[in-house]
Amino acid sequence: MTAQLMKGNVAIAEAAVRAGLQAYFGYPITPQTELLEHLAMRMVELDRVFVQAESEVAAINMVYGAACAGVRTMTSSSSPGVSLMQEGFSYIAASEIPCVIVDMMRGGPGLGNIQPSQGDYFQVTRSAGHGDYRPIVLGPASVQEAIDLTILAFDLADKYRHLVFVVGDGLIGQMMEPAVMPEMRPIRPHPDWAVDGAVGRPKRIITSLNLTTEGCEQANKRIQARLQIIRENEQRSAEYDTEDARILIIGYGTAGRVAQSSVKMARQMGLPVGLLRPITLWPFPEDRLRSLVDNGVEAILVVEMNAGQMIEDVRLVVGRDVPVELHGRMGGAVPLPDDIVEQVQEIAAQIGLTRASVV
Amino acid sequence: MVTLQDELVRTVVYEHPKALTEVPTHYCPGCTHGIAHRLVAEVIDELDIREHTVVVVPVGCAVFAYDYFNLDGVEAPHGRAPAMATGIKRSLRDRIVFTYQGDGDLAAIGTAEIIHAAARGENITTVFINNAIYGMTGGQMAPTTLPGQQTTSSPRGRDIRLAGNPLRITELLAQIDGTCYAVRRSLHSVREIRRAKKALMTAFRTQVNGLGFSIVELLSSCPTNWGITPPDSLKWIEDNMVPFYPLNDFKVSDSVLTMESGA
Amino acid sequence: MEEAVIFAGFGGQGVLFSGQLLAHAAMAEGKYVTWIPSYGPEMRGGTANCTVVVSDEPIGSPLVSRYSVAVVFNNPSMLKYRSLVKPGGLLVVNTSIVEAVAERDDITVLSIPATSSASDLGEVKLANMIMCGAMLAARPVVSVDTLRSTLTAKLPGGKRHLLEVNLRAVEEGIALARGQFMPA
Repeated sequence: MTAQLMKGNVAIAEAAVRAGLQAYFGYPITPQTELLEHLAMRMVELDRVFVQAESEVAAINMVYGAACAGVRTMTSSSSPGVSLMQEGFSYIAASEIPCVIVDMMRGGPGLGNIQPSQGDYFQVTRSAGHGDYRPIVLGPASVQEAIDLTILAFDLADKYRHLVFVVGDGLIGQMMEPAVMPEMRPIRPHPDWAVDGAVGRPKRIITSLNLTTEGCEQANKRIQARLQIIRENEQRSAEYDTEDARILIIGYGTAGRVAQSSVKMARQMGLPVGLLRPITLWPFPEDRLRSLVDNGVEAILVVEMNAGQMIEDVRLVVGRDVPVELHGRMGGAVPLPDDIVEQVQEIAAQIGLTRASVV
Repeated sequence: MVTLQDELVRTVVYEHPKALTEVPTHYCPGCTHGIAHRLVAEVIDELDIREHTVVVVPVGCAVFAYDYFNLDGVEAPHGRAPAMATGIKRSLRDRIVFTYQGDGDLAAIGTAEIIHAAARGENITTVFINNAIYGMTGGQMAPTTLPGQQTTSSPRGRDIRLAGNPLRITELLAQIDGTCYAVRRSLHSVREIRRAKKALMTAFRTQVNGLGFSIVELLSSCPTNWGITPPDSLKWIEDNMVPFYPLNDFKVSDSVLTMESGA
Repeated sequence: MEEAVIFAGFGGQGVLFSGQLLAHAAMAEGKYVTWIPSYGPEMRGGTANCTVVVSDEPIGSPLVSRYSVAVVFNNPSMLKYRSLVKPGGLLVVNTSIVEAVAERDDITVLSIPATSSASDLGEVKLANMIMCGAMLAARPVVSVDTLRSTLTAKLPGGKRHLLEVNLRAVEEGIALARGQFMPA
């Protein structure tokens, strides 16, 4: 397999095809449109399903239908479109069926702009709709990781019969990088719960309606039990220079990637700085963070492209054990390595770390 | 020698359709949903497509229709049945997929979905129950509520200056190229019920033959929320709804005519 | 070695393609590379730029505050990026269009009349290849040989007949640069 120079959006789309995507439904919105356009060509070429829906609301409900029918299915959008899809997310979660959603986040609130943002962290990691559930959320930081996590998203969706988000932003979506595309996988058979015609078997029903209190609470408990298993087994993160880190930067996706440069710069200054880059935003990699804090991290800087959303999950893990600060940019602004380093230096001074004391 | 009694035993004149379960419905006394269910089930039996059919049920009084049809089924978010049906049909091209929707579901919150399903010429069938009211939520004004008709949200009667005029949705869908068959029938008399079944048969056959989007609107009663007796409600359909919602074929495409003439 | 190169100009001047060509060439040399366009509601005629980071090591931030090389095709880009070139860096200026001067004495400045030279070659759109050639003559982010072979491999199908003249434009850029700057 040789590397090709690929745009993030196109890479995700092609990875989905290779993962055995059978039905895609979407609506154009910047900055994910290349994804839809790639599938408009590829899915038809492969005699698979591509529909440009009349709205994001329709698109997610088409996904809902296709998922019920037992095929691998996905949609993609960007923040305002994802807001519109919340209805469908909730029904899909309640119906306990798999699907993949790509959210290339953009600056908000409102129509905002089309620049890179992480303003949807709350929207996607909390419930992404009404009721009690949390989707699995994966946050790639490179084109290669976008490919790998898209494939993983389909597998996790099937494994847990749950909705899985792949979240990025215009930077991940528009960036070109060398990456390797995996081989085409065979189409998987319909699962044994699919509503695909009751040929020689009793009929099957997929519904999210649960009118009795007892029945609805039982369904909720079943979902929560499954989420607990996910929480225990699927936390993923990447790390750089954390072995002896006393200041820990935490950032995911684009912010995490930018912060990687800051770690390098800070290390050149002699500061013991490391990076924890969550790959699963839900489940948040709380176990790994806990162990880093228990093993010498004295201060944390959370880097996000929002007003501070993931920082709440960080604080839930570390409590008041160590100070937690935010480097947050909003409205489509991307943090720059130098600015992050500046704040790292301030934190170093506050906790009594000087260049002399560590060298 | 065959006795009269033997003859009576042997001649089945009525049976439970295979496409209906034995579950008693929750519909109110005098409601015509039960008739509509039975007609659809008979058509599915007669076409011998029960094992190949998937029903998409709405939010509204028919929300439990999946319990009554002996078919694979899904329950759609309010108004989204045509979108879900699109997802299912596109994924299972050899299956028969139909939506069963009320007037609030189809003609209000789900207007975009039904119009665009028709516009794409989705090869699905829609059974549209029009009883001029929101039944399940307790009798509020629907897009199909007649001018002057009293409901809990139009207590002095529908004032068209405030609420606009009712929507004749089947006429509207008939304008769309992707629609191959769009007709209105009624369930207020035996004669009309028989005509309704014929229309449903045609609609499902258009799908079997891959001709495009088909819809059969059925004028139905809601004695509970109309506040009148079941017999009076059938008369109310005839006297008030039929004049406003004519029982016509609004679109029968050439392909459907060819199919019918070849039958 | 990590080089951060920005190409900036008007939409339609081949700015994004120049960056992609460099990115492909860097990949062909086995280097790490990222290419990021500016993107906005403007489809044509607006400003366009792209940043290419080329490195021997995995790349952290694909966005930078300061560049080792800026290749500016129009005056607004000159005004915006001339101060963002790192000391010791390179600024390649399309002097056919750019009026402003660099106002820097701590960087190498190449004045390349790319648009008029491209017209002389018979195709104004070749200005970007002239600028690329000039840039590589002064700062071999990738080798000129790799650029040539990449151009040969990556020129879009509909433009194959323009390969020869594109390669000539690269040579022209190199010649124009050598007239002003001799690499050590």
